Amino acid sequence: MDFFDIVVSILGSTIRLSIPLLFTALAGLFSERAGIFDIGLEGKMLAAAFASACVAYITGNAWLGLLGGIGVSLVFSLIHGFASITNRGNQIVSGVALNFVAAGLTIVLGQAWFGQGGRTPQLTGEGRFAPIILPFVDVVRDVPIIGPLYANVISGNNILTYLAFAAVPLSWWVLFRTRFGLRLRAVGENPGAVDTAGISVTWLRYRAVLVAGFLCGFSGAYLAIAQSAAFIKDMSAGKGYIALAALIFAKWKPVPVMFACLLFGFLDAFANFMQGKAVPGIGEVPVQIFQALPYILTCILLAGFIGIAHPPKAGGVPYTKER
Amino acid sequence: MSTASVPLPNWITYGLIPLLNLIVAFFISGLVVWWIGENPFTALRLLIEGALGRGDAIGFTLFYTTSFIFTGLSVAVAFHAGLFNIGSEGQAYIGGLGAALVALALDQYVPWYVTMPFAIMGAALFGAGWAFIPAWLQAKRGSHIVITTIMFNFIGAALMVYLLVNVLIVPGKMAPETRTFLPGGQLPKLDWLMALFGAKLGPAPFNVSFIIALVMCYLVWLLIWRTKLGYEMRTLGISPSAAVYAGIPYSRTVIIAMLISGGLAGMMALNPVMGASARLQVEFVGGAGFVGIAVSLMGRSHPVGIIFAALLFGILYQGGADLSFEMPNITREMIVVIQGLVILFAGALEYMFRPALVHVYQRFKRA
Repeated sequence: MDFFDIVVSILGSTIRLSIPLLFTALAGLFSERAGIFDIGLEGKMLAAAFASACVAYITGNAWLGLLGGIGVSLVFSLIHGFASITNRGNQIVSGVALNFVAAGLTIVLGQAWFGQGGRTPQLTGEGRFAPIILPFVDVVRDVPIIGPLYANVISGNNILTYLAFAAVPLSWWVLFRTRFGLRLRAVGENPGAVDTAGISVTWLRYRAVLVAGFLCGFSGAYLAIAQSAAFIKDMSAGKGYIALAALIFAKWKPVPVMFACLLFGFLDAFANFMQGKAVPGIGEVPVQIFQALPYILTCILLAGFIGIAHPPKAGGVPYTKER
Repeated sequence: MSTASVPLPNWITYGLIPLLNLIVAFFISGLVVWWIGENPFTALRLLIEGALGRGDAIGFTLFYTTSFIFTGLSVAVAFHAGLFNIGSEGQAYIGGLGAALVALALDQYVPWYVTMPFAIMGAALFGAGWAFIPAWLQAKRGSHIVITTIMFNFIGAALMVYLLVNVLIVPGKMAPETRTFLPGGQLPKLDWLMALFGAKLGPAPFNVSFIIALVMCYLVWLLIWRTKLGYEMRTLGISPSAAVYAGIPYSRTVIIAMLISGGLAGMMALNPVMGASARLQVEFVGGAGFVGIAVSLMGRSHPVGIIFAALLFGILYQGGADLSFEMPNITREMIVVIQGLVILFAGALEYMFRPALVHVYQRFKRA
């Protein structure tokens, strides 16, 4: 395999590995911009993956599977909202709790319903999102450089991949060009001011966590019924936390979020490629370095050594109307 | 009128409210069991029998309890200073490295009671070291401790896998673990303690670290409620601005609280590494650091409460393992669900019943 083929193959898997991060990080973006910390992204993704795999298996329809995933993820969002908005509980504690509930419940229910050690049955045909071949692939495949990139990186992904990239400008537009977005950002910076203007802080924040749940539904469905063809226990494997890291790395801004997710996806793809290969002069690079790199980079960023990340000012603080 | 400012007597705040929350958590767990087609009451009976029915079952229950006391104390100490340490898991993992290095260095030369103090120090030092960077980042750079400790859990896991696979592994072996410690590097079992109560320990790994855990409970109580440092930590936890105004040094208190928290988490490693498997293995912590969050929340960050909460989770872990043999439909992960529900209701939703209770209490008092 020559160098260019390697690049194309790594870029292809970078895209595939970034998509769940992208949906999840955008979910976190909406929630945290509204002042609700969401450690529970991981759990929502996992629960959505399980639900989408179950529904897709029973109905044989990937779109219904996606709806199922979104539905369950929204329920988790509502619990998070009930705890942290209505009851003014600790948002981090609530997120941690929901992660455990999702991690346990998916396995318990999966084993009880399907008896395959927490797996769901293999999906076939319409039950999962198939790769889409874009037009003119066969025509341009032989064009040097652009051809293979178009055929193997841009084309041949499933519909959710394209939706993820479409969600980036859409999120930007919603957050920065609509009245809802302006208010959402305001409620994360200064809820008192929003309240004074006669806008309900509670309802705004509920909508923000519901958007987060909606997007986590997509990332879960992507894992279970697009990238794989079944739910496997603990299949989110910390991706929710990497997405959280990407969100911080991108300083809570939509377009940088996309680049951060692509970077962390690339690290993952590169680590897979490097496994067992020796670098001339250095020898074999331990794969754990690549695994730890997203977290290390985020910590360095948080320390203020690569610019300063300013979180939303009212993040994590429950809003109390009366004094 | 808001009910948040109405004072309630202590027996409601520290007795009734936690009890109600716990009951709701277990009620929903029961619903889950019922939903998957098993009888929740049979499951509960099997669980309790599996945890407390035989001598070795009690031994295993207390073995898990020991780990949870350490991690519960770890979370609680940070909590008193207003810090949420999610990193106990990673700190315990790195603490295991400290304990194992001491055991590997000394076990050929000295008996266990000479190794033990050094191992305690090694484990605490490594655990505290792993908490130091997040603590420093929080104190000096304002980086959110929750995020950095989560990141450090993952970095620690990657580091430990690297060390076990590439450095500490026994040459020629496949399993990523250190060599087995000689008796000089092992903590002896507490079979005599069980014998006092007329029970046989059997193969259960209930060991001396249980006593260390109880000593730590006393020391933490002493620290939090009987020392100047503890007072400063609690002040910081209630109101950082008031603490700074009163002349309490913010950075120093944050860093010291996190070092103690990390040290306690690190000591947890003594129990599985030196008390049970007698070697350092991949992922030996097994989520005990996260159970510590539930234990600390349920125990209201008080050492006595933590002992009871840890015992409850010890019963759940041992009984749950036994239950999954008896009722294959209920997998071990049911414990994780219960754990999550306990954290949700005893932690995030702790004041859910408060407004209603305030109304009932006021009506009762007027009558």
